[in-house]
Amino acid sequence: MLKNDPVALIREKALWMRRTAFTMVHRARAGHPGGDFSATDIMATLYFGVMKYDAKRPDWADRDRFIMSKGHATGALYSALAAAGYFPEDWLPTYMQPRSLLNGHPNRNYLPGIETNTGPLGHGFPVAVGIAIAGQLTGASYRTYVLTGDGEQQEGSNWEAAMLSGHRKLVNLTLIIDRNRLQQGTGTEETSGLDPLDEKYRAFGWEVVEVDGHDPAALLAVLGAAPGDKPRCVIANTVKGKGVSFMENVASWHHGVPNDDQYAQAMKELV
Amino acid sequence: MAHAAPVAAGMADCREAWVKTLIEVAEADPRVVCVVNDSVGSSKLNAFQKQFPDRLINVGIAEQLMVGVGAGLANGGKVPFVSAASCFLTSRSLEQVKADVAYANFNVKLVGQSSGIAYGELGATHHSIEDFAWLRPLTTITTIVPADPWETAEAVKWAAAHEGPVYLRLSRMPVPNLDVPDRKFQPGKAEVVRQGDDVTIIACGTTVHLAVQAADALKAEGIAARVLNFSTINPLDEAALHAAAATGAIVTVEEAGVRGGLGGAVSEFTAANTPVPVEKVGFPGFLPTGSTEWLFKEFGLSPEGIADAARRALARKKG
Repeated sequence: MLKNDPVALIREKALWMRRTAFTMVHRARAGHPGGDFSATDIMATLYFGVMKYDAKRPDWADRDRFIMSKGHATGALYSALAAAGYFPEDWLPTYMQPRSLLNGHPNRNYLPGIETNTGPLGHGFPVAVGIAIAGQLTGASYRTYVLTGDGEQQEGSNWEAAMLSGHRKLVNLTLIIDRNRLQQGTGTEETSGLDPLDEKYRAFGWEVVEVDGHDPAALLAVLGAAPGDKPRCVIANTVKGKGVSFMENVASWHHGVPNDDQYAQAMKELV
Repeated sequence: MAHAAPVAAGMADCREAWVKTLIEVAEADPRVVCVVNDSVGSSKLNAFQKQFPDRLINVGIAEQLMVGVGAGLANGGKVPFVSAASCFLTSRSLEQVKADVAYANFNVKLVGQSSGIAYGELGATHHSIEDFAWLRPLTTITTIVPADPWETAEAVKWAAAHEGPVYLRLSRMPVPNLDVPDRKFQPGKAEVVRQGDDVTIIACGTTVHLAVQAADALKAEGIAARVLNFSTINPLDEAALHAAAATGAIVTVEEAGVRGGLGGAVSEFTAANTPVPVEKVGFPGFLPTGSTEWLFKEFGLSPEGIADAARRALARKKG
């Protein structure tokens, strides 16, 4: 039934991912749940509605690539990869435990399905550009999707990557910006303002689309669209902490850890 | 560029061997590509670009992007040689070298051009004498410092075939081919260039031929100096260091800072395992204005300076 209703499938996976990620953070007493939740619907859409991959063959040369440039959002990433079948769900409770393969930031040498090691911001986008260039050189059919935070756009390396992508017309590359408007301590616009982000990317030679980052139908339409004649930048307007009333739009949930009451409350809401 | 030093007879710029060999490996392996930061000319890559225009990816003056793109190309199945002046490659993009190449363990070949003090009077911003200290803790990267054109060619061939991150530290200073019979390139193994048991001179890169001249001068004084071409900085050839310590006195020579470089590595190892006097020839820190040739002589990177260091080490030798 779900197979015939892609939006319902994505919603179901996203709900499971949020519950799973929050459980991981609660158990580990560490993590970045605010950014996990702003990115969850985007990732559920990619893994369960858009990307071409085979979890049994993580090295398949023609797989679509997803690069989590905001590498701290491992609650969202690991829950997505487990849901997609890259590794067993019973690995998830080891999140951040001694010698776990589920490090606080992703390591491609530990887990299948991780394309590159991220954590320091501004790294994933340049690596994604390299992957896209490799595809361009060989005429491969795979597409590359990279997700950055919006605060992460303050890192200069992103603009090096943006400039070259526009110059080389990397149509096989999609940049998704998780535009929750909050960075670790406060709002992006109070810190070093990003707006107008759309005009900046257009000036760098990109096609820019804005979308509600929590609307699977809208995300499916935008992320699943055929390549155009420029690299595509998707500004996904999101809510940090989306789905849990007391976390939404509260900057301190960037790396907040729930107490037992908060955890119970969140589980009641995430249904 | 700043230096167009005349090349004396028998001396060669190793970049010629670099690009000639790179073209050979690229002809044999379509996965081989080059990534540069507007450094086509200084990397001597014009001939490569002419032959493989699509396989020369110029990212512009953007070193962070350059190294990240290298990692991405490796993810996409390519064998990227990321070539740039080593001062920028290893410092501007050090976090990318650490996270995207070393930690992610991608099959990327970092090629540091015009390393050490090749840019002489251009000053400390353009010197790359800290790179050993920065890269030595990144243990997944094999670091090779070829001593001459022959070894440069061998190292490029080896790097292309090896699966894993490599840092090739090349120079533009003309050097002669070392006179060693039956040479065989073995990464991770020091090459014995001169036999001797009184003192061991451990050198790398542009300084090895100077160490040979020092050993020849010492021989006239009755001192038998062993000379090692220690071209692999990481991983260290521990057996060669044990054997060097057994001579009772060591001199290290490098076109690099002595803190954290080859001398630092040798000192760490011997202090922990087989304590022995170590005299370090290299640079103490930021250098005054001067040409490459002047700076070499001023800081003792000369046959005379190295021989003096050997005498100092011998004076400290026990028994």
